[in-house]
Amino acid sequence: MTSSTPIGIKSFGAYIPHRRLSRAAIAAAHAWALPSLKSLGKGEKAFCSWDEDAITMAVEASRDCLRGGSADAIAGLSFASTTAPYADLQNATIVGSALRLPDVSTRTDLAGSLRAGLAAVAQALQSSAPGEQLIVAADRRRAKPGSVQEMLYGSAAAALRVGQGDDVIARFLGRESVSVPFIDHFRQNGEKFDYYWEERWVRDEGISKLVPRAVGALLKQLGLSMDRVAHFGLAGGPAGGDKLVAKALSLPPDRLLPDLQGQVGDCGAAQPLLQIAAALERARAGDIFIVASFAQGCEVLAFEMLQPAPATGRRGLAGSIARRVEETAYLKLLSFDGEIELDWGMRAETDNKSALTQLYRSADQILGFVGGKCGSCNSIQFPRMPSCVNCGALDSQIPYALADEPARVVTYTADWLQYSPAPPMYMGLVQFDVGARLLMEMVDVGAAGIDVGTPLAMSFRIKERDRLRHYDRYFWKAVPTS
Amino acid sequence: MATGIKDKVAIIGMGCSRFGERWDCGAEQLVTEAFSEALADAGIERAQIGAAWYGSAMERSVGNSAIPLSTALRLEGIPVTRVENMCATGTEALRGATYAVASGAVDIALAIGAEKLKDSGFGGLPVMGKGTLNDLWMLYGSAPAGFAQLAAGYRSKYRISREDLKQAIGRVSWKSHQNGAKNPKAHLRKAVEMETILNAPMIAEPLGVFDCCGVSDGAACAIVTTPEIARSLGHRDLVTIKALALSASAGREWGTDQWDGSYVQNTRNAAKAAYKEAGITDPRKELSALEVHDCFSITELVTMEDLGVSQDGEAWRDVLDGVFDADGKIPCQIDGGLKCFGHPIGASGLRMVYEHYLQLQGRAGARQLKNPQLGLSHNLGGVPYNGVCGISIVGLEGR
Repeated sequence: MTSSTPIGIKSFGAYIPHRRLSRAAIAAAHAWALPSLKSLGKGEKAFCSWDEDAITMAVEASRDCLRGGSADAIAGLSFASTTAPYADLQNATIVGSALRLPDVSTRTDLAGSLRAGLAAVAQALQSSAPGEQLIVAADRRRAKPGSVQEMLYGSAAAALRVGQGDDVIARFLGRESVSVPFIDHFRQNGEKFDYYWEERWVRDEGISKLVPRAVGALLKQLGLSMDRVAHFGLAGGPAGGDKLVAKALSLPPDRLLPDLQGQVGDCGAAQPLLQIAAALERARAGDIFIVASFAQGCEVLAFEMLQPAPATGRRGLAGSIARRVEETAYLKLLSFDGEIELDWGMRAETDNKSALTQLYRSADQILGFVGGKCGSCNSIQFPRMPSCVNCGALDSQIPYALADEPARVVTYTADWLQYSPAPPMYMGLVQFDVGARLLMEMVDVGAAGIDVGTPLAMSFRIKERDRLRHYDRYFWKAVPTS
Repeated sequence: MATGIKDKVAIIGMGCSRFGERWDCGAEQLVTEAFSEALADAGIERAQIGAAWYGSAMERSVGNSAIPLSTALRLEGIPVTRVENMCATGTEALRGATYAVASGAVDIALAIGAEKLKDSGFGGLPVMGKGTLNDLWMLYGSAPAGFAQLAAGYRSKYRISREDLKQAIGRVSWKSHQNGAKNPKAHLRKAVEMETILNAPMIAEPLGVFDCCGVSDGAACAIVTTPEIARSLGHRDLVTIKALALSASAGREWGTDQWDGSYVQNTRNAAKAAYKEAGITDPRKELSALEVHDCFSITELVTMEDLGVSQDGEAWRDVLDGVFDADGKIPCQIDGGLKCFGHPIGASGLRMVYEHYLQLQGRAGARQLKNPQLGLSHNLGGVPYNGVCGISIVGLEGR
């Protein structure tokens, strides 16, 4: 590969939780005490079900990004989040195992600020490590009930595959970084919620000065003027910050990338990657786009669109926004976030301790959803047992991945008796087109419901939470696709 | 060449505790209640029992052992075996005791099943772990959710509307409430209107509260011996065991695409074996009464097809036509069934046989059937796609 072979983005993917809550419903719930929230009661926000977290969303966005490509080509995975579930247990390793990445690919967790997402992208692009890198950022953003953040925050994940080659769709042009102790908000380890300083100060002294400074430095570095910039996005800071920056930089407002406030919310470390996805979905060859991430200064990256992303069946950002289940019950958000403890009765008292020895033995089955294919009769099955479910052959199983295989409903019910944090629990036998079958939970069932024959896709989720020791079991669930 | 069990073993005594929410007693009193009745019925002394099989799916005391029974009944020094096969446990106890007598190992054996469920603190069955591997991936649904899926499979295969199927399964429960009202030992002794059944709160779609059986405390037992010894003890008009069959899932139904969700393969396997052993060729004509595992109304409905008493796809019509009512072609759940007599897991298989035993001897009181000859008990464990089925057929000797 010559030095002129472009380095940049090869593919992208996104995941937005299906559940969308109308902000008016949140404002209405608080109107008795906080009537001023009504002014923010426009649009809707994406929020996680009880069984989603930064890890599960990262897996789903990465799968969207890797669609049509090979996980074997990934030499390294970086996972950026300010809400990663584990403080000591590499979150990226769980993500990578679910993606069935080679276990010799490097794994890195990045955290500590909303800049972690864009910084991870910059680090991968500027790294001299060979091979392709997968960068995924995800945040499940929690906010204090009644706070402005509760209205503005959303949850999502976005992933980018970067590397060098003629298949690069957006060339990396450069990076600038400004780091100053401008503390617009913070959250100490172990705390649930962010603490914010006055918005006017953040806007006037932070966003309006620090972002134009970093962007200006980048343009100077690249020898470009602002009028060459076709798309600009800003993540972090109060809503409307991007318009202030556009004004300061004399950028026409129609060149601003969507801030996603109307449909999703501010998704933290994932936000700049979602904006890169937005740019990739609209840019034409030759377009230059810049995305900035505001937090203790500013991180800013520039790209030049080279060619449209190949068609892979990618959901992308637009597809992820479109796929939604409408919710109006604000209490559901509180319950899923653990802000209220409903009385689920004694059935909820089961102990969900996981045997970590067993998890390690069966990690590819549980995290990667890898079943078996019988070497004798070719039937595909899950779980992979010593003896074939169809012909009984012993030790005949060859690993066979099921996560991306299409499936449909054979039997189902909506279970109101079994404890589930999101009743009723839809469940039934799931038949994969390739022949495997197993009993699964079905989630994100919309108003249309499900029936025998409903097509299904697999989604990486939390199976059960261990409320005593706090290792949450991850496994796969089925989501209706029609 | 296997010759089968038919007429090799007779039941000389049976007992059954009152089923229900027995706040008044624990498992040890329940087994004593059933055992005392059986001992008196058999006309023998406790010391004459040579071996015992204890069926209990959940009872935990001194481990999963025989000790709760041997201690409760003071069965000192004889072999006491603990068996469990989920909700089909009661039939397993009977199989053990019957085979012991048939083999000549002992003269008289005891089969007893019991369950104390109402110490859990909530309705329905206790939720238990399923082992380290399964805990990591296997979905835990409730028992009704396991069986409710039959409704989806059955409705889809035979293109029956949701409303028609709901009506038919409601009719199954209506009939059992009619029967249970006449049984002094039953847990639920009240007739219920169809309207109430159809409009009850949903438990697992499409099963409402009245589509689900009672969760009960109770015990049932049988004392078995050879026909010769039975006669030497003065017993006449013997009730003998005609068949004992068992089938267990090996994963095919829920691990391959070879099952459509509309039937229970284990029941079909066990029925075939049981009919062969008992010499039955036309079950709809030959069987006098059925006690089936109506844990949920939809289970009873498909069981009628699995047992071959209804044609495939026709059971729902047979149900609505009253074929299985007390005055129908083949009365089913004449004692109220699991639905109303109740379902103490380990006892149910023996409770079913207890009803046939009373009917065959003309001792069933207000619910006595006319001239019964052969009764079939069908005992399921687990879920339709991953479970066990035990079938026992009893009848008058020589029939």
